[in-house]
Amino acid sequence: MTSVTSDKGSRAGAVVLAVAGWALKFVAVVLVIATFNFILVHASPGDPAQVIAGQSGASDEKLLEQLRAEYGLDKPYPVQLATYLGRVLTLDLGYSYRQQRTVSSLILDRLPATLLLTATAFILALFSGIVLGTLAGVRAGRWSDTLLTILSLLLYATPVFWLGLMLVLLFSVQLDWLPAFGYATIGVPQTALQRMVDIGTHMVLPVISLAAVYLAIYTRLMRSSVLDVTHQDFIKTAKAKGLKQGAIIIRHILRNAMLPIVTVAGMQAGALVGGAVVIETVFAWPGLGRLIYDALLQRDYPVLLGVFLVMSVIVIALNLLTDAIYRMIDPRVSVRAAS
Amino acid sequence: MTILKAFLRHPTGMIGLFFLLCVVLLAVSAPWLFPDDPWDMVGAPFQPPLTEGLWLGSDMLGRDVAAGIAHGARISLIIGVISTLTSLTIGVTVGATAGYFGGKVDEIMMRLTELFQTIPGFVLAILLVATLGPKISNVIFAIGIVSWPPLARLTRAEFMRLRGREFVQAAVCQGQRAMTVVLRRILPNAISPIIVTGSLAVASAILIESALSFMGLGDPNLMSWGFMIGAARTVIRQAWWMSVFPGLAILLTVLAINLVGEGLNDVMNPRISRRR
Repeated sequence: MTSVTSDKGSRAGAVVLAVAGWALKFVAVVLVIATFNFILVHASPGDPAQVIAGQSGASDEKLLEQLRAEYGLDKPYPVQLATYLGRVLTLDLGYSYRQQRTVSSLILDRLPATLLLTATAFILALFSGIVLGTLAGVRAGRWSDTLLTILSLLLYATPVFWLGLMLVLLFSVQLDWLPAFGYATIGVPQTALQRMVDIGTHMVLPVISLAAVYLAIYTRLMRSSVLDVTHQDFIKTAKAKGLKQGAIIIRHILRNAMLPIVTVAGMQAGALVGGAVVIETVFAWPGLGRLIYDALLQRDYPVLLGVFLVMSVIVIALNLLTDAIYRMIDPRVSVRAAS
Repeated sequence: MTILKAFLRHPTGMIGLFFLLCVVLLAVSAPWLFPDDPWDMVGAPFQPPLTEGLWLGSDMLGRDVAAGIAHGARISLIIGVISTLTSLTIGVTVGATAGYFGGKVDEIMMRLTELFQTIPGFVLAILLVATLGPKISNVIFAIGIVSWPPLARLTRAEFMRLRGREFVQAAVCQGQRAMTVVLRRILPNAISPIIVTGSLAVASAILIESALSFMGLGDPNLMSWGFMIGAARTVIRQAWWMSVFPGLAILLTVLAINLVGEGLNDVMNPRISRRR
């Protein structure tokens, strides 16, 4: 009994440590990226006040004066940096003079759409990759192997935005099966269920275009990982014990073979979020990527800097998610918990 | 020499090399094949492929799509190669320093690398080009800045492996300077995996460049494949050819480079490729 509680205690301690570690990393990354933003504003050609105002060219002198005072642009750099970091830590991301709104409210408006898109694509790629890769690995044949290799080579060389456009060409323009643009149908009264279905159909193409490359990579990785695990001794033991094939695959092979894929998925979270930017541009998806595109056209720097910061936070969150999944499925941890 | 011979016998590597040479040839001969400025109007707008001597049709301003693809090949290849050289310079320097000196230096360098791997690279590239201005040099710099971390990790691993070997130790004991040991003793022995990863980095650099110019951040004076697709995006219902062909050009070029890279990997690092 005592051994179990102490074991539980140490597990709780480990979780606390992990959370503290993540919180530390989180704050560190946010601070470094904020510093990065600061340097960028000052490295860009021209007056920083003008950059913050949105480089409209003919910004009025009163506003610029006000900005210089507000951001302390006449003070030495370390003081300016400290003021800026202080603002970021209190979630003040500045003001978009182009859109006449605070950057944080603009971002909060767009955040749900981006989270929905990236999280769905991420989970879809991860789970389908694991399932398809296991199937391919268990019945490793020349046919499925060749097909997978060719498919992943092709997808790996396809620009994400072009894949999205080609899917639009096929499924919206030619076949007229799915909507090509936007997040939901506008101007039609809908029940909650209808709205969910509506958003769901609008999501199909963007999610598939974003997830396709990763799906191919994970399937290929999972396949070779399953093949590796299958030849290890503990699988032979499981077979010798007389376990059924299905039980062996699910309880022994799958769990162990998934670990490297989850690690790779965590490392690619940044690329996924970057891909979401172009995908949102292609599909007019009203998320942060689209916000970046509009901000680019208007040279709205406070928005660009704010979105960069928030997107980095999303990547850290995805890393946290994969870390949690890893802990959940790692058999070395769960064996201790069961005993 | 043996590497060259082995590569010539590598089937998919040779297919990649063939297509890559075709793209290079297209890029080099663009000024002769299409002597006019690719930005000039040469025919009626919205002409489908194979009309009036326009093989691949014209775009919404009557520009020749084929000419755009030929001239865009130059930009893609140039940016791909130079930005990879940039990221190689950063990555190998960081990785070599970390791997050679170890300890605290290694710790700091690896934290830096991790940080750059956490940042969404493409968004950083957008930000860099947007603030520094859409010039080809800034695009190259931005791609270099976001693509070095994998090269640094690889170089570090190779340097750590070689650091304890006798010939390196002997050079250190002879009193050779650190710079000499790194450049003359270790680097030549670590070069083949770096070349392989570098060749694959060219492909991803071309993809990043196309995405940047798709977003409207390319050099406005230079025709590029990403720009062509971005400009044709809104008329895709009426004119498929304007976005299909430049996209195929990107796909083919990137695929060719990846095939060459994988071929080089099989030939130069048989140890690694056999493990797969």
